[in-house]
Amino acid sequence: MSLYQLQKFLYVMNREPAVQARYETELTELLGAYDLTDEERAALAEGDIGLLYVLGVNGQILMHFAAFLGIAWFDYLDLMRKGVATHGPVRAGVYAMTGEGASFTNEEKQQ
Amino acid sequence: MSLVYAGVLSHAPGMTGRAELVENTALRDEFYARLDAQRRDIEASGAEALVVIAAEHFANFFMNNMPAYCIGISDEYEGPIEDPKWLKIERTKVPGNARLSRTLVEQVMHSVDVAYAEEWKFDHGVMVPLHFLTPRYDLPIIPVNINCQGPPLTPLHRAWAFGEALREACDAVPEKIAIVGTGGISHWPATPDSGKINEPWDRDFLDRLMRNDRAALLDYNDVDTYRDGGQGGFEIRTYIATAAAARGAGELQFYTAQMPIFAVGCTVARFNLEGGN
Repeated sequence: MSLYQLQKFLYVMNREPAVQARYETELTELLGAYDLTDEERAALAEGDIGLLYVLGVNGQILMHFAAFLGIAWFDYLDLMRKGVATHGPVRAGVYAMTGEGASFTNEEKQQ
Repeated sequence: MSLVYAGVLSHAPGMTGRAELVENTALRDEFYARLDAQRRDIEASGAEALVVIAAEHFANFFMNNMPAYCIGISDEYEGPIEDPKWLKIERTKVPGNARLSRTLVEQVMHSVDVAYAEEWKFDHGVMVPLHFLTPRYDLPIIPVNINCQGPPLTPLHRAWAFGEALREACDAVPEKIAIVGTGGISHWPATPDSGKINEPWDRDFLDRLMRNDRAALLDYNDVDTYRDGGQGGFEIRTYIATAAAARGAGELQFYTAQMPIFAVGCTVARFNLEGGN
């Protein structure tokens, strides 16, 4: 249920500019409506893409959140890889890493 | 015949958002030219509305109330929900056609229990196709969603039946309607594996799709698709529904797996329309 709540918050924020406007200054109040673990609250507050990915946040929801945070594309991919390296494999959902952390584009390899 | 065009195209956010990162710019521009030709084909068809069969990514529907199928019934939509600077598509209003949409919903309901929505925010899954196909946002859009994100997912034979129902609905109205299905074939988007593409699997699917071979198209299951085509492969439902609506064989106008920065095998195709009014 907790992962559901975590994703629900991100889903709501991703589609509501009014909620996005409160993310920086009123996150604690915003999260009050959601039943989250301390780990999840911290991951949201810190914008910890790697941990959110490992926790099982759907990749599409996470990608939109990363875009909101202004994270560049290749940095976003790398943060997910580092999340897996730090916290272990993705714990839930269908967005698991299957390529052992490899890059699949020349453009990223040349960065 | 009120269905005047049916085709498919990719919708990956990288197609607009990462255009400047592409190494092979000649191939990118060839893809863009093919999409522009698809725009001209739709315009030449005389279409008065464009049905976009999409696989949205949590812009409107969540696991609290997830419809397998939904059709928008508003006179106006908005998008993208994503950061416009990230997608490189400005946030805008998009015209719909509430009256026509409601008529289509009523027709589809004769065979499929479709949901409907008067509120609908477009994500990249619709906005990227519109960026190429109706760049002036001057053609009414009727958004259609097939849940390809939040399992349990609708079975493929139901996606086919939904496409058939859409066709029957289009043929029951006097307006000229175009349909595009938009999704990916094999891809692992929004994961560290973004850019991974199973080209042989894609080409085999496209062969079945262009033959509009119902039995071959429905001969997939989600376990195998997840293994061979990734979670993005679940979006084949949009292509299958479009094939069912078209009824005729297709022409693959563009496919390449050589731009993995777009995170998908870039695809453009058009179907022949058979069996209409």
